Amino acid sequence: MIEESVLQRVLGTALRSGGEFAEVFAEDKRSSSARLDDGRIEELTSGLDRGAGIRVVRGDTTGFAHTADLSEDGLRSAAEAAAAAARGGGGGVKEVAVTRRPVERPHDVQILPQDVPKAAKVELLQRAEQAARGEGDSIRQVSALTADSRRQILIANSDGVLVEDDQVRTRFMVQCVAVADTGMQTGYEGPGRTIGFELYDEIDVEEVARTAARRSLEMLKARPAPSGKLPVVLKKGAGGVLFHEACGHGLEADLVGKDASVFRGRVGEQVASPLVTLVDDGTYAREWGTYAVDDEGNPARRNTLIENGVLTDYMWDFLRARKEGRASSGNGRRQSYQHLPMVRMTNTYVLEGEEDPDEIIRQTPHGVYCVQLGGGQVNTATGEFVFGITEAYMIENGEITEPIRSANLIGNGPEVLQLIDAVGSDFDTWAGTCGKDGQGVPVSSGQPTLRVGAITIGGTAA
Amino acid sequence: MAGELLSIAARVAAQALAGEQVEAYVARARDTDVKVFDGDVESLSSAETEGVGVRVVKDNRQGFAYAGSLDDEAVAEALAEARDNADFGTDDEFLGLPDPDGVTPADLDLFRADLANVAADDKVALALEVERATRAADGRIRGVETAEYGDAAIEAAVASSTGVRAHVRRTVCSVYAYALAGEGAETQTGYGYSVGRHPDELDVDKAATMAAERATQMLGAKQPSSRKITVVLDPLVTAQFLGVLSSAMSGEAVLKGRSMFADRVGETVASTIFTLTDDPTNPEAFGAAPYDAEGLATRRNALIHGGILHGFLHNTYTGRRSGTATTGSAVRAGFKSTPGVGARALSLVPGEKTQEELLAGVGDGLLVRSAIGLHSGANPVSGDFSVGVEGLMIRNGAVAEPVREATVASTLQRMLKDVSAVGSDLEWLPGGAAGVTVVIADVSLSGN
Repeated sequence: MIEESVLQRVLGTALRSGGEFAEVFAEDKRSSSARLDDGRIEELTSGLDRGAGIRVVRGDTTGFAHTADLSEDGLRSAAEAAAAAARGGGGGVKEVAVTRRPVERPHDVQILPQDVPKAAKVELLQRAEQAARGEGDSIRQVSALTADSRRQILIANSDGVLVEDDQVRTRFMVQCVAVADTGMQTGYEGPGRTIGFELYDEIDVEEVARTAARRSLEMLKARPAPSGKLPVVLKKGAGGVLFHEACGHGLEADLVGKDASVFRGRVGEQVASPLVTLVDDGTYAREWGTYAVDDEGNPARRNTLIENGVLTDYMWDFLRARKEGRASSGNGRRQSYQHLPMVRMTNTYVLEGEEDPDEIIRQTPHGVYCVQLGGGQVNTATGEFVFGITEAYMIENGEITEPIRSANLIGNGPEVLQLIDAVGSDFDTWAGTCGKDGQGVPVSSGQPTLRVGAITIGGTAA
Repeated sequence: MAGELLSIAARVAAQALAGEQVEAYVARARDTDVKVFDGDVESLSSAETEGVGVRVVKDNRQGFAYAGSLDDEAVAEALAEARDNADFGTDDEFLGLPDPDGVTPADLDLFRADLANVAADDKVALALEVERATRAADGRIRGVETAEYGDAAIEAAVASSTGVRAHVRRTVCSVYAYALAGEGAETQTGYGYSVGRHPDELDVDKAATMAAERATQMLGAKQPSSRKITVVLDPLVTAQFLGVLSSAMSGEAVLKGRSMFADRVGETVASTIFTLTDDPTNPEAFGAAPYDAEGLATRRNALIHGGILHGFLHNTYTGRRSGTATTGSAVRAGFKSTPGVGARALSLVPGEKTQEELLAGVGDGLLVRSAIGLHSGANPVSGDFSVGVEGLMIRNGAVAEPVREATVASTLQRMLKDVSAVGSDLEWLPGGAAGVTVVIADVSLSGN
């Protein structure tokens, strides 16, 4: 993307006024999407985002500037702006030499989405729509989206690192609206992987559409969700967002470092039920939050955060690791070249346990079974978090009975983690977008079927 | 400078071929963001972002492409891609760019040229001051997780081959603090802010006091027990609530069968004291704008009047397809998207009583100070509503102990009918709505 000699001169410029560390992050991202809605191919969109962000670190201060101009002049003027922002005191000229590092890709991309004819994408949408509408006349609306991106990044820094990555992601989403006398309900399904157009060899778009349609139909029959504390069984894959919110964000070293996490100072302590082992794994081949190197040039890693309930480590980026004199855990990510990196999750999941998932349900006399969750939100300083259920059922006498309407569940992270009393032997993951401080990045979460002994369900039924 | 973006947009629009309509939306923003922590600058970033979104309509088909650059090459590629993408769209007679409709844009004073002359040191000083003032506001504040100053000068131009020419520019700046109060398991948090169009308009002490008060008033909060209850929404929460409601007021949601209000115009959907408008021409609104995202003048739109559903918001496409016309309500999330439909300046008609008087009238209930999980728990299609809340119990007409780890649930349809009072304390808030205290009877509070 940019020649080595240019990078070296730009980094030299960035350090000219006394910075201790300088970095160039360059990005070339091509996005395309096609959307069907309301029976029409509404829109095909193509996008180009290209530019570089330059940061200069001096003491505890980071100066940052970005530019869409990747010429040497453009990069140098951004470097000067970043250096000025870091308020240097005249450090003289610095020499910087960078060496290209090999990158180990977690998997190979078979079919670049840009090479796929647009007509083929449109056809996927039409097949999905037909399949969804085939589920019954109550399906009144179907929207389907295929979206893909190729994000090529380059990171060079004054520690001599020069590394590039090429990240291809493909996703398919279907949303249905079903209507009956009981009102309108929605159903959604949206698999995504860090692979190319071969996604469509692995998933059946018609099955994705039918799943979304059945979900909306099922919700038409739903009765109001209960109000108050109950045991909750989370189906494999569905409940990963609970861990993302209940403890994932609280284990990000930037929040810990600012005393804004209930998990601060608790490494080595029992913070969860002994049944829980939680991992954040950026190397998990093909998953939605996977990459070869993070947005600071560090290789992705598999990091154990909680082992048998004991907190083993936080997640780290360059700045927070540097402050503590340790290595980054490969969790420095940014939405684009226009953003500063910070500590972010990748693919965060709970390892399998030993119980038969069906047996977990059978051993629940009265509770709620969650099959799909929507998003969530957490206040890491208090530990309080919510997440929405979008497909769930009552469990009565160990059997799954009626569907219940959507609601938020609310709990306190450290308390809920201790209340996990059964972990199944199955496993699945779920793709989503994680938002933090205004930046969205692709992540996944995963877990086996498991049960939380009691959590507050925000429904309306007594 | 004003002419530069418009002339770029006009040059793209002028390339329309016979039988083709072309629109270019060109935007540029200059941002500064300062974060401080423990009395030191943590980060200072300053940047300029620009880009173009191109929409092409030909043979009743629409295509779109964008580029995060105004280089000739990137702009040309966006036009070519939009043209190519149009070939794959469905033939739809209602597609097409608007003609200028002669509505005069509001004369709004949204831009402070002097923002460009404010020194970075002065911006840093504001961020440091909001951190210091937040710590000093109350002895129980143990830290400030985020203390920040931000500003932006934003400029956008729309030009089309159908003759639309619009140019807008505005400045915004803000200070923000997120305070931590108490120790260990007793930690509570609160945010505070002040916004304006120039740093001189910011009130740092107000932001600091707000953050400290919101955090400390929650100290000692416990989980309440589940019951039916009357809730009093603080102005900030009402603004969030109106935001959810407005997505069901979009003509696009209505046409596509994704609105609980579809087919209900003329019916009573809310209590008689509930009158909701969207008026981007109001200079006091932070979302005020003279033009919409298709370059037509914005206008005042009545949505619910005395509880009766009056109408919906439209852009050119949804207006034509509904057999009405645009209401000047096209919105975009920047140059990367086609125009959707949305509200910019929602507000309720205020009532007569202060919040204190309303609390006295309620007797027993819950004052909701903040809500979380609206994106996962409030569904404007089905109307299902369930959000996490923090707040203060109301006993004998006055605020009492703080509560946390609770949810408030009902349906949007029921809540609108259960609105029993609107306060007199209307204030414009950052974002697309004004806040005002609202009392809603008979919702489900879930706790232990």
